[in-house]
Order: sequence, then structure tokens, then C-alpha cells
Amino acid sequence: MAFGLEGILNILIQGVLLGGLYVLYGTGLSLIFGVMRLVNLAHGDFIVLAAYLALLLVGFGVNPLVSIVAVAPLMFVIGLPLQRFILNRTLGKGIMPPLLITFGISIIIQNALQLQFSADTQGLDAGALETASLTLSDGLSIGLMPLLTFVIAIGVLVALQVFFNRTKLGRAFRATSDDPETAEMMGINSRQIYAIAMGISLAIVAIAGILLGVRTTFAPTAGPARLLIAFETVIIGGLGSIWGTLAGGIILGLAQTIGAQINPTYFQLAGHLITLLVLVFRPTGLFAVTRDR
Amino acid sequence: MTPVLSVQQIDSHYGQLQALFGIGIEVEKGQTVAIIGANGAGKSTLMKAISGVHPPTRGTILYRGTPIAGKSAFALVKQGIVMVPEGRRIFPSLTVEENLMVGAYSERRGAWTLDAIYDLFPILKERRKNGGTDMSGGQQQMIAIGRALLSNPELILMDEVSLGLAPIIVNEIYDVVRKIAAMGTTIVLVEQDVSRGLREADYVYCLLEGRISLEGTPDALDKEAISNAYFGV
Repeated sequence: MAFGLEGILNILIQGVLLGGLYVLYGTGLSLIFGVMRLVNLAHGDFIVLAAYLALLLVGFGVNPLVSIVAVAPLMFVIGLPLQRFILNRTLGKGIMPPLLITFGISIIIQNALQLQFSADTQGLDAGALETASLTLSDGLSIGLMPLLTFVIAIGVLVALQVFFNRTKLGRAFRATSDDPETAEMMGINSRQIYAIAMGISLAIVAIAGILLGVRTTFAPTAGPARLLIAFETVIIGGLGSIWGTLAGGIILGLAQTIGAQINPTYFQLAGHLITLLVLVFRPTGLFAVTRDR
Repeated sequence: MTPVLSVQQIDSHYGQLQALFGIGIEVEKGQTVAIIGANGAGKSTLMKAISGVHPPTRGTILYRGTPIAGKSAFALVKQGIVMVPEGRRIFPSLTVEENLMVGAYSERRGAWTLDAIYDLFPILKERRKNGGTDMSGGQQQMIAIGRALLSNPELILMDEVSLGLAPIIVNEIYDVVRKIAAMGTTIVLVEQDVSRGLREADYVYCLLEGRISLEGTPDALDKEAISNAYFGV
């Protein structure tokens, strides 16, 4: 195979931009694990749920990108009682209860979506934006949607960074992540912090789900595959690290895109291999900051 | 006058194991009360019961006349009870200043502001951008005390603030404890160092195997009685 400079550049750009979507998948998962050490096995299904919620709005003629303003707050609101009344009860009782409960939620979401929307694949139509591109040179152009996705991902990370480092609530998040018992001794209601964290996670999931729906098709059972991507992003980047998640998403996107160039069937495989390599040589990820406790 | 704190007949358990047996203590406003006793006597358990971290299984705790047993620790901070925990428990991923600011989370108003804490512990201002756990043991204890003060408490519970610190640092810490007491804050402190407890407190309770073995004002207690109460001979 011979690529010109532009060909190589093109592959790299596609890979990095694809990573933007994966960053959005991984951020919510990492946030939840970082704050409360909970592994949300339904994370991928929430991504798909958000895409279906957007589909309902698109049915009324709303542009999917505009639907983010409604679906993200809605998912935030879904997250609060989910955490408060269900997931908080599973915390502090070992590793199994949260896994079992979120696995159950995953199955419930998949079946509810099948019941409501059938097993047909769906897509979110963003109109001309989907095919629009910026031409950099004769052989090199960048799709506007992937670029927009990447910019949104960076925006979400920057917003989280500012939230964690500059606000009182963000400081409380970090204190609770370090040591929830001491945080409570200082006046912080950790269960309330967990509920808000789940809300934020699902709001980011909403953005991810809608951008997924615009990029490709989805079906009620598409969640677990997204969960796997989210896991891989977080494993590569390192748990609890905002910028590690960015690196993880980009590395995964690059690996898949480069793999697909070698052989289109290597798309998924290359991503899994990179994850495996990181697990073998740096099991805490490249930029881990979440501490054991 | 209603005492600030009245602990009445509390039991506390860890699973099947009973750690406290019918403990009762009273603390008047502005008093410094020391809880002394050997390792495992139940001192920290008593502090955890009062602060809401580990609620008692039986008995009553009155704070300014209102029952508080069973309330969570974060709710009690809002009411003015805060604990300086054993082992300091500094948040490792927060800077010195961020650790202090967590203490102000409940936004109780009062004399203690970040600047006031920095006046009390100038070294913390100098190193405010350092990681909280990068500081020395004594400095971490200053952070733990400053963090608790920023909640502007009426009652501050101090669990083994001198543990593991050099004598000169312990003196510094207790200079500050006296300043806090002089401002009218009520203090309950746990001390393994009996002579230190007797020197600093207005009233002393000695715990032995989860029961109060002796109590009184420091000058009313003689050495032999304390030694008997402490070691259970």
C-alpha cells in the first residue's frame, strides 16, 4: 500500500476526529467511576436511549443537533432519581451489587426500546450538515460533522475542568472522590453529590448518543458495543483523568482508522489490540489520577 | 443553662462487638473537655457517635437541648458540630487552600474566614498551592484544624490531634487550640497523652473498655486514681 503525504494526513485527521466521539462516550463513564467507584454497565444503553429520545423530537421536525438542548437536560433529570433511589442503595456493599443492578438496567432499557421502537435500525437526519466538509486541499477534506463532534468533545472536557477546579461544587466532587466519609464530616452530602454526578454523566451521554445517531445508525441493542468503546477509551486514558480520556479517545480512534486502512475488517480489532497493550504494559492507563481507596 | 452537649446513656456497636456501654458526658458552652483513655477504650467511637459518623445504637445525644443521635455528619456540620478526624484525613487530590475551602462548604457564617485561618497558620498561606498531602504531619494537622474551623463551628471535636507529631509541633497545635477556646468555641478533645489532656481541659472523662472510669476537673483528680482509671487496675 502506498499513501501520499495527504493520504496519511487524511487518515490521521479522521482518526483524531473519530476519537472525539469516543471521548464523549468515555467521559461520563469515567466521571461516575471517579466520583463513586461505580461501574455503570448500562452506560452504552443510556447512549442509545438518548439517541431514541432525540429521534422522537426529530419526528417533530427538530434538527438532531438542536435536540441536544432538550435531551441533555432531560437525561440529567433522569440521572438524579436513578442514582438517589436505586444506585445509591448499591454503594458500599462490594463490587457486585452495582454491577448486577446496572446490568439489569441495561437489559430493561434494551427491551423497552425494542418494545417501543421495534428492532429496526434508525438514524438521526441532520440534513446537509451530514455531508458538508471543509476542503483543505485537493486530496484533503474534513467532514464538518466529525469536526463539530470533536469540538463539542473538547468543549465538554473544558467545561468539566472548569467545573472541577473553579467551583465550590466541583471541589466537593473531588473531595468526595478522595474520601467520602471525611467529605461528609465537612458538611458534604455525598449521596447528593453522587446524584448530581450521575445527572452530569447522563447529560454528556445525551450529547454522545445524538452525535452517534447522526454519524451512524443505531438499534435498541447497540448499547453494549458503545459501552465497550467507552471502557476502552477510559482504560487507555486512565481512570479519572479528564485529559487522559481525550488521549484515550484519540488513540482509540487513530488505532481503528489506521487498522481499517490495512484491512477494513481490522477496524474494531486494532482498537481492541491497543487496549490490550495498554492493559498489559500500563494497567492503570496512560494518565490515571483516580486513587485507590 | 442547657449544656451545649449532653450525651446520655449511649451504647455503640461495630457489628456484634459493643464498643460503648451507657456513656454519659456533659459539656458546657465554652468549655474544653478532654476524653482520655488507652487504645481501644472507645474514645474515637464516642467522637464518631457525637459527630454522626457512626451513630449510637442506644441512648440520647442532645445538642443545645435538641436530640441529634442518628443525624448524618453533614447535617450536623450545618448545625455547628464539626470533627477534626483522627489521622487528619487530608484530601490528597486537593491543594492546601482547596482542602481548607471544603470546610466552608456548609457556608455557616462566623469569625472564621480563609484569611483568619492564614493568620493563625501563616505557613499554610505560603504553601496554599501545594498538594494537601505533600505537607508535613504538623502542617497537615493545621490544615485539618483550619478546615474544620472554616465551618464556623460552635462545638469542635478533635480526635488525637497530637498523634505522631514532634513535641514542639504539639505545643504549637495546642497554642492554637487554646486560642480557639478563648474565642468561645466549645471543644471536646480526645487525648492519649494524659498529662496533656489534664493540662488543656476544664473537665476530664477517662474511658476504660467502653465505660467512663473516672471524671472530674483536672485539679480534683489525683495521679493514682487516674492511673487506676486509665489502666483498669
